[in-house]
Amino acid sequence: MSKLPLRARVATAVGGAAGRVSRLTGRGDGSVIGGALGLRVEPELLRLLAVGRQVVLVTGTNGKTTTTRLITAGLSALGQEVASNAFGANMEAGLASALGRAPDAPYAVLETDERYLPAVIEATSPRVVVLLNLSRDQMDRAGEIWLTARRWRQALATADNCMVIANADDPLIVWAASAAPLVTWVAAGQQWHEDSWCCPDCGSHLRRDELGWRCGECGFARPATRWVLSEDSVIDESGKVRELRLILPGRANRSNAMVALAVAAHFGASVDQALPRLREVKSVAGRYTQVQRHGRGVRLLLAKNPAGWLEAFDVLAPAPVPVLLAVNAQTPDGKDTSWLWDVDYRVLHGRAVYVAGERRLDLAVRLEADQVPFVLVDGVDDAISQVTGTELDVIANYTAFQQIRVALGRAE
Amino acid sequence: MTDRVGRHAAAQGLAENVTQTMIIPAQQAWPSDEPTAGPDAARQGPVQQRPEQQRPEQQRPAPRRTAGRHASGRAAAGNGRTSPGGDHQYLAPAPVPQERTLSSDHPMPAPAPQQRPQGGDRKLRLVWVYPDLLSTYGDRGNLLVLTRRAQLRGIEVEATEVNSDQAVPSQGDIYLLGGGEDLPQILAANRLRADGGLARAADRGAVVFAVCAGYQVIGDSFGGVEGEPVGGLGILDISSGRGDRRGVGELVADVDPALGVPRLTGFENHQGITRIGSAARPLATVSLGVGNGNGTEGAYGGKVLGTYLHGPALARNPGLADLLLSWVVGRLRPLDPDNEEWAGRLRTERLAAVER
Repeated sequence: MSKLPLRARVATAVGGAAGRVSRLTGRGDGSVIGGALGLRVEPELLRLLAVGRQVVLVTGTNGKTTTTRLITAGLSALGQEVASNAFGANMEAGLASALGRAPDAPYAVLETDERYLPAVIEATSPRVVVLLNLSRDQMDRAGEIWLTARRWRQALATADNCMVIANADDPLIVWAASAAPLVTWVAAGQQWHEDSWCCPDCGSHLRRDELGWRCGECGFARPATRWVLSEDSVIDESGKVRELRLILPGRANRSNAMVALAVAAHFGASVDQALPRLREVKSVAGRYTQVQRHGRGVRLLLAKNPAGWLEAFDVLAPAPVPVLLAVNAQTPDGKDTSWLWDVDYRVLHGRAVYVAGERRLDLAVRLEADQVPFVLVDGVDDAISQVTGTELDVIANYTAFQQIRVALGRAE
Repeated sequence: MTDRVGRHAAAQGLAENVTQTMIIPAQQAWPSDEPTAGPDAARQGPVQQRPEQQRPEQQRPAPRRTAGRHASGRAAAGNGRTSPGGDHQYLAPAPVPQERTLSSDHPMPAPAPQQRPQGGDRKLRLVWVYPDLLSTYGDRGNLLVLTRRAQLRGIEVEATEVNSDQAVPSQGDIYLLGGGEDLPQILAANRLRADGGLARAADRGAVVFAVCAGYQVIGDSFGGVEGEPVGGLGILDISSGRGDRRGVGELVADVDPALGVPRLTGFENHQGITRIGSAARPLATVSLGVGNGNGTEGAYGGKVLGTYLHGPALARNPGLADLLLSWVVGRLRPLDPDNEEWAGRLRTERLAAVER
């Protein structure tokens, strides 16, 4: 920190103070406002703050926040401080804020918004870039994902001294990563295929079988992987098999954990060192933990796009445990609710379904088309008051999730 | 405010317990598209009234469509999937649409229902064209809404998804095309031209409903990755290009009165501009949003209709869905208010939200 130029030190101090004010006044967790003010004082702040650190960038449509958390846990096995934007503030301001709060941390694990990845690569010269997946998400502001992949491809082509750890099961990810000089392919899986029926390179129909995917025309195909997930076990580069036994639920989180182990291994933390740290992670930014409310256990799941909803359905308690679905369409959510029609809600048959959020009528029309019975409610407490059992699972998109967390008292 | 709709059904263990019992006499199984059928026809035939006290969710069978499968359900890529929709009760044969009055500045005739082959095949055949290329954001919704609104009227539905490595069947009743990114859009246009199935179907008088990129594809030409002109299918007399800025947001437009469809509400997200030729006419006049870029939105010619409303355009515009259905089967009976409630409330909410 002391090596920072004066302007950067001032910027960091100003930003830090603003973040504390934001937290104290309950307006936010302080991770964005601090960085935003700091960047206004010193536009090069992110670059200056990243100098001399081992930076890991984590991006993709789904699983960024959880994977960032798991990598941070895994790297903690090395016994040194790790800076991280653990609360999902993933644009430049959030990243600068995270680094500013941990000026002496030699490692930084930074969740990075998909659109900002090229600029953040440029600013931070990362040692590792993690590419998880790419699927339709907030089309009104994020734009087309093929264009996103193409920008990544261009940025990674010139990323020297950088190991890209990329999901070989997602064709768009492979296309983006294959331009990079150094890649470790991991078999992180892909449940959602709707955005990868076509070859990203030539546009022809992709074929899928048990061995993976390949283009029938240009030969673009799934690369061989060095890390593989098999049920609850991970098979590492040396072929050694270990059971994960995470607290975090679901197949998607097991994939995220495998990715975290691959990153940790890259920095010298073995699976045997890192895995116990991953097992300690119970909750990520309010997700997955069960909160007690009026005598009922309420569990919050975040799902922001169709692929995320598939993953959330995967971790629902078995029917007939009821579920509350909450959908908003504010700017961070995307103002277009069309994606609701990409989700198959028929899996909810057999349980009571409550519907809330600012766009609950969109959800109502969607559920009616799938002939899934539902009840419109005013919010999480209204749903809780109507639940007959002792449990309620909640799936909400971004701002709806934050509103519910506030309603539940920001329980961790 | 809390609505209780559906609550009772949920408490009872859902729709699976309800048996569908209605048997449909074969000669009545398709709502009449005979031009002679008058309004009284609605009172003839084996009308099965739904008991008033039942909520819709209680009496529907579990959905059985397979073309409506999602995500992992489409894992068997490359196989055409065709399956019957649910066996739903037949409610009434319906009179044919009355002759539409055309305004003088739009000399094109409004389409009459196509003549369906008489005999055994009485299913409504929906064909979703190239979901592997043209399906970016909720496009499946149009297939689901058409299926649902047909089935609620006792019309049996057979829905098929045709991927870009398969031949497009030419015997469908309604063809759907969705939105897509630039490269898939160009590929779709090239493959559809080479395949010829969709053009043959349109020649035969099939209904085509295309949104966003699909709308551009069925025209004469559209703008490619760098804006260069790319040849379309030419079944709708429009040509499109690339505009200066992307139109992203809510769109509201008033439909050509000749079509008798309420105001359109939906979301657009495109950078296209579209010029309408003499053999087509604008679908609607924009009151909010961009649409074709010249104050109009969408276009139709014969029974080929396209719109920039992307994704599930029919979910918020059930009147447009019914127009497409009526082009195949003739005039439709109105749905029970129960079945219209949610779409109606959503329309009201969305239209009010943009007027603020």
